Amino acid sequence: MMERIWDERIQIVAVILFTIGFCTLLVHKNLLKKIIGLNIMDTASYLLLTSMGYVEGRLAPIIRGGNTDPSAYVNPLPAGLVLTGIVVSVSVTALLLALTIRLYRHYHSLDLDKIYELAAKEDQNER
Amino acid sequence: MSFASFNFPLFSIILALVCSAVSSVLRRKAARILSLCLCLTVAVLSFTLCSVCVRMGGRMDFLMGHYPHPWGNELRFGPLEPFFAGMFSLIMLLSILGGEQQLLRDLPMQRQNYYYVMTDLILVSILALCYSNDLFTGYVFIEICTISSCGILMIREIDRTTLASVRYMIFSLIGSGLFLLGLILLYGITGHLLMPNLLDSVRSVWASGGYRLPLLSSAALITIGLGVKSGLFPFHYWMPDTYGAATASSSAILSGLVSKGYIFFLIKIVHRVFGVEMFYASGIANILFVLGLAGMVVGSVYAMREENIFRMIAFSSAAQIGYIYMGIGISPQLGITACMFHMLAHAVTKPMLFLSAAQLQSCTGKRTVKELRGSARKHPLAGAVFIVGSLSMIGFPATMGFVCKYYFAVAAFAASAGRMIPALIILALSTCLNAVYFGRSIISVLTPGTDADLRRVRVRDNVPFAVSGIMLSALNLLWGLNPKFLYNLIDLGRELL
Amino acid sequence: MKRSLKELFREWDADRFDLSVSGSVPQKERPSPLPPERYDVIPELEETIMRRFHRVVPVLTFLLGLTLSLFLIMTVLELPAFGSSDSPVFNEVFTRYVQDGTEETGAVNTVAGVILDYRAFDTLGETHVLYTALVAVLILLLGFEKTDPGIRTPGYEVIRQDPVLTTCAKLVIPCVVIYGLYIICNGHLGPGGGFCGGTVIGSALILAALAFGFDSVERFVNYRTIRVVLVIALCFYSLSKGYSFFCGANGIESGIRPGTPGRIFSAGLILPLNAAVGVVVSCTMYSLYSVFRRGRL
Repeated sequence: MMERIWDERIQIVAVILFTIGFCTLLVHKNLLKKIIGLNIMDTASYLLLTSMGYVEGRLAPIIRGGNTDPSAYVNPLPAGLVLTGIVVSVSVTALLLALTIRLYRHYHSLDLDKIYELAAKEDQNER
Repeated sequence: MSFASFNFPLFSIILALVCSAVSSVLRRKAARILSLCLCLTVAVLSFTLCSVCVRMGGRMDFLMGHYPHPWGNELRFGPLEPFFAGMFSLIMLLSILGGEQQLLRDLPMQRQNYYYVMTDLILVSILALCYSNDLFTGYVFIEICTISSCGILMIREIDRTTLASVRYMIFSLIGSGLFLLGLILLYGITGHLLMPNLLDSVRSVWASGGYRLPLLSSAALITIGLGVKSGLFPFHYWMPDTYGAATASSSAILSGLVSKGYIFFLIKIVHRVFGVEMFYASGIANILFVLGLAGMVVGSVYAMREENIFRMIAFSSAAQIGYIYMGIGISPQLGITACMFHMLAHAVTKPMLFLSAAQLQSCTGKRTVKELRGSARKHPLAGAVFIVGSLSMIGFPATMGFVCKYYFAVAAFAASAGRMIPALIILALSTCLNAVYFGRSIISVLTPGTDADLRRVRVRDNVPFAVSGIMLSALNLLWGLNPKFLYNLIDLGRELL
Repeated sequence: MKRSLKELFREWDADRFDLSVSGSVPQKERPSPLPPERYDVIPELEETIMRRFHRVVPVLTFLLGLTLSLFLIMTVLELPAFGSSDSPVFNEVFTRYVQDGTEETGAVNTVAGVILDYRAFDTLGETHVLYTALVAVLILLLGFEKTDPGIRTPGYEVIRQDPVLTTCAKLVIPCVVIYGLYIICNGHLGPGGGFCGGTVIGSALILAALAFGFDSVERFVNYRTIRVVLVIALCFYSLSKGYSFFCGANGIESGIRPGTPGRIFSAGLILPLNAAVGVVVSCTMYSLYSVFRRGRL
């Protein structure tokens, strides 16, 4: 069992990182740390994905010298998927940062709980 | 003609992408006209394709490129996908049309063209979710849909929308994170991303009994991920803020189309990736059933307690999403057909409610149910649309809402006793609750107000809203009175999914 | 006023980290963007039910995290073994991509062949994700220099015409641009492609804006040019790929040939598509920086 865990260490670390990121994104009240959590979560997914296409001793999937023997290269598909995923996560991060800036300018706080309280107070004042 | 029409999904997607790019350099009016024309064109193309598919009675794999599955991207369509795509674009057209007054008021003048960039992108992503035969393509377009929905939400520059968008984004991103993890696990045990090959691999893995835990957890993660994004019960907290704060067109699009796009994709995944047998044997359907039932009650209870009319309609959306998931959970044939019928009914009804409530609100300037007293007398058309929509939500006969409740009941009677009894009880309870809060708002808008100022809003003051309100009500009543055609189409399409 | 790293870290940890430009501009010179009474509004947190609930949040989070990670670890342990070549991932899909990829797409770099030919629809969507995010950020932050007096304060756009910085930038920027172009043009031949090359070129633009100020960059990269260039690149991408999809699906000869693998002008559409992606990415990166930094393009 321990040997199996040691062999799978990369994937285990990946899912632990995923959990850390997930919990941070879900419950941390600081907006910036939520964004960091999001990035940890996404990166952990990519780590898991990359680890699936990897085989010890094989080369990157760039055909060298006309050698098209599949057993010489790692799987190119996870690399392509990770590339797509990274772009998605960059875009989402940019949008969340922009939202954070807007909220910070208005409420002068990054604490989401405080912001909610301030917003509720504002609503009461409007009534 | 029929051969050429198979290219229509590709044409619609590319056309929408080009329109979204071009709209960013156009002026407001040009971007608006382009966007409306785009929706109309896509609707026409999709309905043409749908009629061709119905006549053919089969489905079609369309290569996106030169390589068939499992190597290259593909689209796949039977009668159902083009029909839903056409309905979604039609409803988007009517939503944009009906909310023009509010758009002009709520949006910053110099950047209004960006609104139409975002709606075009939502249309692209919903089309791709409808047609795509590839799980990872689905993920990419889910993200486009998330970002652009956030865009049409936050473009109204009040601080509540920014706050609502943050909440919406956080829930959406949790959903996409779970979806992505489920997708990766599934890729790890099957090595495929195209749906037909996934289905074969999942069937053989499930039959052999290996990889049981990864398969189950990937199914659970994908389902929960899409559930979170579409507002399944314990994750519905973003809905009232989001729909309550956005401008009317955005609320209509978000509640009517975006969440339905995710659910349609989920139904496709159930049929084409996991297979109905595995999905219903694994117990995930039961979880959806229970959460759906809970959502039906909780959403309605919250809606009863809500004073703000937009938030009330938003909470009722949470209840309606509960109906849809209850339908998925109840049984694979009748249940899913009823659930798809309900998706259409809700997609037609919710924009009616949001758009007409916005009109009524602009008559009186108030947002609470009590303060809307007498507004239907000032604005008879909006009042009529609001009443038709509310009656449909309650499930009054001759509306689509009645028909789908009837089909849900039929599905419940055909199911086992363990599902039939709770489903029927909760259906009745939820209908009563719906009747309470929608009845209250109908009475409120009809009661003569105390205002002496009785200047009536005439139809000709706001022609776009009149067009969209009358079209939506007509659709609702048409299919409420004559549901057989729609039901047969959905049933045929579900068989071919 | 310079704050030490330790101090910054402590503020960060106590959630008091200031988002605004720190260090270079004295805090007092900037008028607060908010009326002062708003600071007083921030209440001492009341003892509500929510508050009491928030006290148990760390415990609940820990339990949630523990359950989720244990569940996922069990799942991962059942997955095919790490690094084994007989896992389901190495199936006929992988074999065809590696064996026939070069011949069919003309790209020596199989990853480029996969993302820009076999699975090109994904990448089409992916490029539009970036575009969507850019438009969303523009909606949020564009024109904020008018409403936020903090940004207009002298010194916000710190332009240090530092001789060391400008001289180094003059030396480095051309090399960075050339390197970025090299990465884009060699996307089908080696590691690289539009996304990474575009990021490199975008970083060169950002470096120029940092060293010479936004005004000098604006002479050739401004709101107008960025929008036009983006639209042209995106339309070219969508239309050319749409044409290729159309031909592929209907079995029409498209006239796009893979060419001789290994040559720079080979691999059909992959090189022009990489260029379009590079343009989109570099424009997006620079625009994001500019909008975040000063509220306009």
